[in-house]
Amino acid sequence: MAGTSPGRKPTPIILWIGVILTIIFCLAPVLWQLLTSFKTNNAIQAIPTIYFPSFNQLTLNHYAQLGLTFLRYVLNSAFVSFTSTALCLAIGAPAAYTLARLKLPGENIILSFVLIVSLFPYVLLFLGLLEVVKSLNLGNNYIALIVPYTAINLPLTLLILRSFFQQLPKDLEDSAKIDGYTTLSMLWYIVLPMTVPALVTTGILTFIFAWNEFIFALTFITRESLYTIPVAVAQIGGSSVYEIPYGPIAAATVAGTLPLVILVLLFQRRIVQGITAGAVKG
Amino acid sequence: MAKLELNNIRKQFGHQIVPVKDMTLEVEDGEFLTLLGPSGCGKSTLLRLIAGLEQPTKGTVKIGGQNVTSIPPGKRNIAMVFQSYALYPHMTVFDNISAALKLRKIPQEEIQQRVNQVAYKLGLENLLSRKPGQLSGGQRQRVALARSLVREPDVFLLDEPLSNLDALLREQVRADLKQLFNTQQKPVVYVTHDQTEAMTLSSKIAILYDGYLQQLASPHEIYMTPANQFVAGFVGSPQMNLLPLKIENQSAVLGNYRIPLPQSPQLRESLKKGTITLGIRPEDIKLATIEDENTVEGKIFLIEDLGKEKLLSVRVNDSEQTLRLMVPADQTWEGEVIKLVLSPQQMHWFEIETGNRIKE
Repeated sequence: MAGTSPGRKPTPIILWIGVILTIIFCLAPVLWQLLTSFKTNNAIQAIPTIYFPSFNQLTLNHYAQLGLTFLRYVLNSAFVSFTSTALCLAIGAPAAYTLARLKLPGENIILSFVLIVSLFPYVLLFLGLLEVVKSLNLGNNYIALIVPYTAINLPLTLLILRSFFQQLPKDLEDSAKIDGYTTLSMLWYIVLPMTVPALVTTGILTFIFAWNEFIFALTFITRESLYTIPVAVAQIGGSSVYEIPYGPIAAATVAGTLPLVILVLLFQRRIVQGITAGAVKG
Repeated sequence: MAKLELNNIRKQFGHQIVPVKDMTLEVEDGEFLTLLGPSGCGKSTLLRLIAGLEQPTKGTVKIGGQNVTSIPPGKRNIAMVFQSYALYPHMTVFDNISAALKLRKIPQEEIQQRVNQVAYKLGLENLLSRKPGQLSGGQRQRVALARSLVREPDVFLLDEPLSNLDALLREQVRADLKQLFNTQQKPVVYVTHDQTEAMTLSSKIAILYDGYLQQLASPHEIYMTPANQFVAGFVGSPQMNLLPLKIENQSAVLGNYRIPLPQSPQLRESLKKGTITLGIRPEDIKLATIEDENTVEGKIFLIEDLGKEKLLSVRVNDSEQTLRLMVPADQTWEGEVIKLVLSPQQMHWFEIETGNRIKE
């Protein structure tokens, strides 16, 4: 390292190169998708590949083509995802609290069952579930998606929230009891506000799963007005045999991912907030 | 009038763990009782039993004559300061202090007034709108105190409230605490494993060990006449010398030295066994001058300089016993072999089998 002043370390440069490479590696497919969604069909198919399109090679047509029906798909996805996330938290949080705080006999057995369930590859479930959906006549019904999404995400929610509740200082709950809170009001006014970061974290995981899930959505829903985004995007690709509509697919992907990105960015601050700081000695 | 009474309290977890075996205690209005003991002696469990956070397996808790054993903690009108302070992190200092009052449907103006009063007393006026996360350790500790004082409860419970403060602050807060609770005229139960805190703060100390009450007395009495060998060894620093000795002809044998035993009907058992434990504090042993008779001779094997004093460890000649003694920092002596005088008035005698004090 001739020429470097003494004491100057080369690590920061290596660190930055690493950071930049990692970012490129992670973001490149997304950026590629974004670029494709704005390029004209000719620019998409041009060889050699156009990395930096000129102004007349750009278009908003792909987005315009998605039209209002796509909004319908977004709303479908949003409804299914929100509902299953809410259900997952509403069922998971009390269960996790119980497992964390009460000394139940056979607690370890319950937990290992939960863990086993969460290890099971969910794709293998769908044939069996299809029979269930058929026999209950739930095909083309949101419930056919909401129930399995909730169930599949419950184990993880339970495990994450349980370990979070275990970390919460027990003194706070004792203190609340002495102050005169009843069990329910203590859970609502003291425990819940401190649990928000964990709820957001697990909620987002469930939400992302539900938003992106494909197999169940494809199998259990056949009516077009009930499609969720992954299925709808796939249908765009399958609509023509002779050409692959890269532009519209890219536009649909971007439009379908955007709500998710916004949501995660919005709640990210709540996750990082570290709301328990200062509860006990710091 | 809110006397706190515990009658034959026992607490058992499962079959094996019995942190509190059988305890009977009384704390009067204005009395400051400290529960003192090594970790695992049941002192925190006992406090939680008083608070109602745990239910006793046996026995009753009474506050002001009323049996509260099965009454939940929120309805007992007690206040507790936790070691970790347990402030609600998402609430402001004001909300933290006033939470219990709001739950008791006290009018808004009165809450405001009481919180302001307590905040003024503890110097928290400017911090009321902050959250606990923005406070220093000492400030959090004061908020925790304020939260209990504002309640004007029947009984105050404090669970090692000073142990998270640094040493300098601790000494100051200790003095403040003493003044503060002197003015309250309510029973205070304070848990600590720090004997200095216990000695300086309390009007009474309860020494707990192994789930039993070992001694309940004033700090002075505990120091001067420990009820048994455990109390003798636990209270006082450096620790009291406790020497198991043989008895020959009505006197205890220490090396070549014969110590006359006290006159006591309790001695019979020990005389039969031929053994007895002598307790003597390091500050009650002196270097012998020429005039002194009845000296013990020994060899110094360790000198610890404590600044104000020196702590000498001496192996007594012709025996395996060692004695530790405190001498002034400027004291001098010649050679390694020295002569010691054990002050007979300051000797404590205990039965070896039971550890009980032999009363004169």
